[in-house]
Amino acid sequence: MKNEYDVVVIGAGPAGSITAKTAAEKGLSVLLIEKRQEIGDPVRCAEGVSKVWLRKHIEPDHRWICADVKGSRIFAPDGTMIEMSEEIAGAEVGYVLERKIFDRALAYEAAKTGAEVIVKTRATDLIIENNFVKGVKVSHLGQSYDIKAKIVIGADGVESKVGRWAGINTAIKPVDIETCAQYLMSNTGIDQNYCYFYLGNEIAPAGYVWIFPKGNDMANVGIGILGNKSGNGKHAIDYLNDFVNDKYPDAKILEVDVGGVPVSGSIEKTVANGLMLVGDAARQSDPITGGGIINAMEAGKIAGEVAYNAISRNNVSADSLNEYEEKWRETIGREIDNSLIVKDTFTKFSDKELNSLGHSLKGVNFSSMSLLDLLYALFKANKKLLWELRVLFKTVVKYELDFEK
Amino acid sequence: MVTINVNKFKCGYCGACVSVCPAGALELVETWIEVNELCTSCGICAKICPVGAIEVKK
Ligand SMILES: Cc1cc2nc3c(=O)[nH]c(=O)nc-3n(C[C@H](O)[C@H](O)[C@H](O)COP(=O)(O)OP(=O)(O)OC[C@H]3O[C@@H](n4cnc5c(N)ncnc54)[C@H](O)[C@@H]3O)c2cc1C
Ligand code: SF4
Ligand code: SF4
Repeated sequence: MKNEYDVVVIGAGPAGSITAKTAAEKGLSVLLIEKRQEIGDPVRCAEGVSKVWLRKHIEPDHRWICADVKGSRIFAPDGTMIEMSEEIAGAEVGYVLERKIFDRALAYEAAKTGAEVIVKTRATDLIIENNFVKGVKVSHLGQSYDIKAKIVIGADGVESKVGRWAGINTAIKPVDIETCAQYLMSNTGIDQNYCYFYLGNEIAPAGYVWIFPKGNDMANVGIGILGNKSGNGKHAIDYLNDFVNDKYPDAKILEVDVGGVPVSGSIEKTVANGLMLVGDAARQSDPITGGGIINAMEAGKIAGEVAYNAISRNNVSADSLNEYEEKWRETIGREIDNSLIVKDTFTKFSDKELNSLGHSLKGVNFSSMSLLDLLYALFKANKKLLWELRVLFKTVVKYELDFEK
Repeated sequence: MVTINVNKFKCGYCGACVSVCPAGALELVETWIEVNELCTSCGICAKICPVGAIEVKK
């Protein structure tokens, strides 16, 4: 560890590793620090990613792919099932990963490209001079060090402090977080070709239960509930226990994972003088699927490139780094905004309304449908209930829209 | 003054509590949660913790 770098990246999750790799590829000197002793562990993820998007960042490798998913089965509270096949359910189907190995493989990519990687090293504060972030204070094996940097990247996940240290308030409101618990289970008997989603306010208030195949007879069985529905004696883990006791009394628990997913939608600001926030630290996870791996990698790629551009033009001010802000908002930001509309609509529904939505799709063939197509089919059949979703379809020509309620 | 109690045997060190603390009083150090004097006992962390590991002392 030197005492000066072009770029210091805080956090070696997907966001941080891709940022570090991209910046190092451009020839910048890069330090990637991670507070944990093992990158990727403990897991706080259901590990589902879209194949197409994943390939943009890394060649799929059997060492970290557990299952290849063909489709999704979504259940309304009364058990009505909607089945969607390959290519269609969007970011939540594709591969199911082994994050512990995947995250380390990404960090390895960064290291291979020339970034320095150091674990058991935690950022404790920023070095700020004249309103510019100039570096980071770290604690490495209990010793404090100051490390200078032209640009600091906060890739420090859901628990991010980096933004707050730079004056960006990233605190999440209870209504803007899904609080989650998951078991890795064997012997659930699920079909390994599908991801399963169970909706219902009884089983998962303003959230859902997911079951993602993990190969052999294993599966991630998890639940997310909206933060404002949690507490008062019942937390995510209690809902999960109810679900698995009822549904899989004979399954065995091999691992427990817990975590929070930001579902606030885009936050106001993700840059400051000498600083960018990426991934969960920038609250870039998808408000409806809870997926954040791809968005984190996309943002990391943009941030790495912008770091290079800004340093090349010798201007690391917030104005200059705004290039990152603009680029991510134009791409993943659009999707996040759309998903927020869907989330706000769906989390309000009663079980009765969810059931009637399920029934309205009876007889519709989803064999070649995207998530947007599915939403459009729902919209057409339930305009009154789903009126707020209309903006999602406005820009899509193929839906010859008639905007009469 | 210690204002909250984190049951380290229950905690899954996920950092969700850190993300919702309005006061910035929490820190996920490595595999444990630390709380500092900025805590206002608002109880938000205890509410959203996925495993119910946090207790607010009034
Ligand atoms: C239960 C659950 C299920 C999920 N399921 C999915 C899914 O199926 N598909 C999907 O795409 N996404 C899913 N997500 C979201 C996904 O896990 C995250 O969006 C993704 O990990 C974000 O990547 P990141 O790099 O931004 O942050 P992280 O992966 O959280 O990485 C941040 C890293 O920064 C480190 N760090 C934090 N603070 C410091 C510090 N001060 N100094 C040094 N290092 C620090 C952390 O230790 C961590 O390693 C899920 C999340 C949860 C909680
Ligand atoms: S939210 Fe709960 S489980 Fe997660 S780190 Fe905080 S106390 Fe531990
Ligand atoms: S009680 Fe409130 S202020 Fe105290 S640590 Fe929890 S969230 Fe933060």
